[in-house]
Amino acid sequence: MSVSAGEGKMPSADTRMNGSDSKRDNGDRQVTAGEPRGGLTVAVWATLKRDLTLLMRRRSEVLNPLVFFALVITLFPIGISPDPELLATIAPGLLWVAALLAALLSLDSLFRGDYEDGSLEQLLLTPQPLPMLGLAKVAVHWLLTGLPLALMAPVLGIMLALPAGSYLILAFSLALGTASLSLIGAIGAALTVGLSRGGVLLSLLVLPLYIPVLIFGAGAVQAAIMGDGAAAHLAILGALLALSLMLAPWAIAASLRISING
Amino acid sequence: MWAFINKLRSPKWFYAISERLLPWFWVAAAALILVGSVWGLAFAPADYQQGNSFRIIYVHVPAAFLAQSIFVSMAVCGLVYMVWKIKVADMVAAMMAPLGAAMTFISLFSGAVWGVPTWGTWWMWDARLTSMLILFFLYLGVIALRGAFASRDSASRAASVLAMVGVINIPIIKYSVDWWYTLHQPATFTVTGRVGMPMEMWVPLLIMVLGFYSFFIAVTLMRTRSEILRRESNKRWVRDLAGGER
Repeated sequence: MSVSAGEGKMPSADTRMNGSDSKRDNGDRQVTAGEPRGGLTVAVWATLKRDLTLLMRRRSEVLNPLVFFALVITLFPIGISPDPELLATIAPGLLWVAALLAALLSLDSLFRGDYEDGSLEQLLLTPQPLPMLGLAKVAVHWLLTGLPLALMAPVLGIMLALPAGSYLILAFSLALGTASLSLIGAIGAALTVGLSRGGVLLSLLVLPLYIPVLIFGAGAVQAAIMGDGAAAHLAILGALLALSLMLAPWAIAASLRISING
Repeated sequence: MWAFINKLRSPKWFYAISERLLPWFWVAAAALILVGSVWGLAFAPADYQQGNSFRIIYVHVPAAFLAQSIFVSMAVCGLVYMVWKIKVADMVAAMMAPLGAAMTFISLFSGAVWGVPTWGTWWMWDARLTSMLILFFLYLGVIALRGAFASRDSASRAASVLAMVGVINIPIIKYSVDWWYTLHQPATFTVTGRVGMPMEMWVPLLIMVLGFYSFFIAVTLMRTRSEILRRESNKRWVRDLAGGER
């Protein structure tokens, strides 16, 4: 391996001079070229950066769920009643359900683009563990869907006359809850990415699994309004996140393999 | 042990052994359900609070039991299929799914009918009914996912993964729905007469539960047998079988 890059430029002369030696060198060099440069952290970091860049260049995909969230929230006072008292009682559930649907809406594109241009196959071929790379993609999805939704929710809360004192809990519970939603939803997205009309099926698969998160998320806001203290709900949301962080990456990886390999 | 597992791999062996088992389960199912329903509907004493309307329990509870255990067995079959690539396990899981969904629907429907005399309404967001409803959606998801794939192999594996994900979620859903229900406790009484049930009511219920389980096993075996014939229709032993019977 003493052959430096400069000498490597003219391999033909080398090969003729000392055949066996350079053959082994060539072999070695191929192995080093095939090895991953850097370990798992580099790969995860690269996936994170790539997905963030891609999404930041397609801003509409980031903005659409937010617009959808605002629109759905606008529909309810029109459909039910503009009475602030009535709205205040249903606001926690409404905000949570609308945010959940907005997050669901964005799931279909989580792996779709990568599947269509073939980069998902490359992701499967990398020597790094697929669960971690999938986790990186989900993290980006949460960062650009769940987190903005959580930050936007208090504004819509004002419009629904959400009682004071629950705004911070609303944002925090949504931030915590949408992370679990992204993880669970990614399983469904990975299972349906190979199907041409996976959208409706995806919601059928994923929505029943969202129910615990919805119960404790909306419950946290409800508890904050009642003055009961939302710590217990938030703790359970955190527990759900821990559990899905632990298990979902494996299911995502297995589902991606199923969708790609046939 | 290994010989047994290797035998399990073979659809042919499953076909042969199920042929011998099937009559027993049919007889058991028919006898148990007949005895249980006659005993439960005609001879068990009426409930002091609900009168005769409580007798719907003899359909409701066995169906609810089956609804839950079929999902669990579906996930176990999925795991067996994913780990050991035993095709029969996947066939069994595929054949169980519609039956499980049907049982969930029966328990939901009988629960709704039972709601009329006890709650005065067809539907209440009762914790058990709600988690049953969610279970029903989970079944529909598994069935729909299996139907959506063009290739049978990926359909099987996708349905297996989803069944396993679902089975991990079922207890979480159940406990969170219970929690949610206690927070929003409505002002009506719930059916809690099941715990301190007297022996004369309880024994026919047990018989009915056993009967439903035998029925489930018999139907699954039968459906799996026809599925084996369908999937293995180009194998020599199936052709021989068809030729021999013709």
